[in-house]
Amino acid sequence: MDGQGGVGVACIMRFMDGRPASEDVVARVAAVIAKTQKIPPETVTIDQSFEELKIDSLDGINIVFALEEEFGIEIPDEPALKIRSVREMVEGIEKLLAVRNP
Amino acid sequence: MSARRVAVTGIGVVSAFGDSFGEFWTGVATGVSAIRPMTLTPPGTVKFLNAAEAAAFNPLRYFDEKEAGFLDRFAQFAVVAAREAIAASGLKIGAALGRHCAIVTGSSAGGQITKDANFKSFYAGNGRVSPLTIPLVMDNAGASRISREFGITGPTYTVSTACSSANHAIGQAFWMVRSGAVEMAIAGGSEAPFAPGFLKAWEAMRVVSPDTCRPFSLGRRGLILGEGAGMLVLEPLEAARSRGEQIWGEIAGFGMSSDAHHLTQPLAEGAALAMRNALEDAGIAAEAVGYINAHGTGTQANDATEAEAIRAVFGTHARRVAVSSTKSMHGHALGAAGALEAAATLAALRGGMIPPTANFVEPDPACGLDVVPNHARPAEFEAAMSNSFAFGGLNAVLVFRRP
Repeated sequence: MDGQGGVGVACIMRFMDGRPASEDVVARVAAVIAKTQKIPPETVTIDQSFEELKIDSLDGINIVFALEEEFGIEIPDEPALKIRSVREMVEGIEKLLAVRNP
Repeated sequence: MSARRVAVTGIGVVSAFGDSFGEFWTGVATGVSAIRPMTLTPPGTVKFLNAAEAAAFNPLRYFDEKEAGFLDRFAQFAVVAAREAIAASGLKIGAALGRHCAIVTGSSAGGQITKDANFKSFYAGNGRVSPLTIPLVMDNAGASRISREFGITGPTYTVSTACSSANHAIGQAFWMVRSGAVEMAIAGGSEAPFAPGFLKAWEAMRVVSPDTCRPFSLGRRGLILGEGAGMLVLEPLEAARSRGEQIWGEIAGFGMSSDAHHLTQPLAEGAALAMRNALEDAGIAAEAVGYINAHGTGTQANDATEAEAIRAVFGTHARRVAVSSTKSMHGHALGAAGALEAAATLAALRGGMIPPTANFVEPDPACGLDVVPNHARPAEFEAAMSNSFAFGGLNAVLVFRRP
């Protein structure tokens, strides 16, 4: 996968229950965002909002589409439209992955 | 308000000759055909081999990578041609003028390439279609982008009448400027038909030539598909004169008609009615027309029927008026055709040089007419006409005059 080394993977994020998010998921989400937005991978970090990354609603839908492809999951419409930050995106995908691979 | 006269002060073109009006006119005026072996479509996809592709067009010269991905090729063409036309007009479109500016574009097939690629992937079992498909495919995507890029907030829309789309678009914009409904307009058409599924559909119609496009000639075997865009900047003649801008010509009249006849077979009476309506709208006698840029697709049916219609409208003057089909050089660009041909007609009018009908072999008695075979001809004339006739029997004719 391209760009893995450059994205802010060193920043370990934790969920509400204190469980650390998978670095792999963070890196893959960041890489997909970078690729879809045509921006350098190193500019995408876990703490950014979509607004900071200039991701508008159409971009958001486009990113969700690409992430479904990347992770082989289906992201439901309502949460997909609500997500407004990289962190929320990673969190949502972790949940969907957990349901798929409990 | 009394009707105003309407000038064309900017022209932009993307075509098989290159990404500029200058390259287009140099090619057309020297009678060089841009029809070449197809390169954009995998060999063997269709039986016909040649087309007038804008093969050198590189979207990344005009858009960053992300922007390019949000615009189908037909919309990219429209934007690039509009940028050239607006720059050439010298107009600075601020918020005040932008509110009183119209954009009317024509396209027959819209985002055909995007549609084709996404549906192909879906039907092949991928199960998914990109969320960008809808906004890329819509026929008005080019018009909307031009509006956003230049801050134009006036009436903006797209006309889709198959091969008459651009003439209908230019005619609508012309009438809006003439009536005072708007203070300026950007009008034209764009098309990017080189999508495999769409080409198969053209092949199935059996109207595409296996060799080249020879309008009005014996041995003609059909049309040759082309692509690109033409955009014109229209403004009141007096405003253009007071700005001292270069005026390419005046749009003097616009006429429309419908054959009410057949899905694909043309009807001379319908074409003639649109030509008469355009002359009447212009207040110009048929004898003042020195050049007709014909629809001239190179099909058996169109060329004979169009020639019959020209004889019906022009009477004895039909023996004198020069008629040529520049589709023999830039191909049939469908919804952009009228815009490319308006550019050629305006340049002919201003430059005193009639572009030829290229690839001409010998006269077809079923057509007749002086079709300016193979070599451009210097000629001064006061008025010119440009014809577009569409499948579905929808006809749109523009009349131009030297200002």
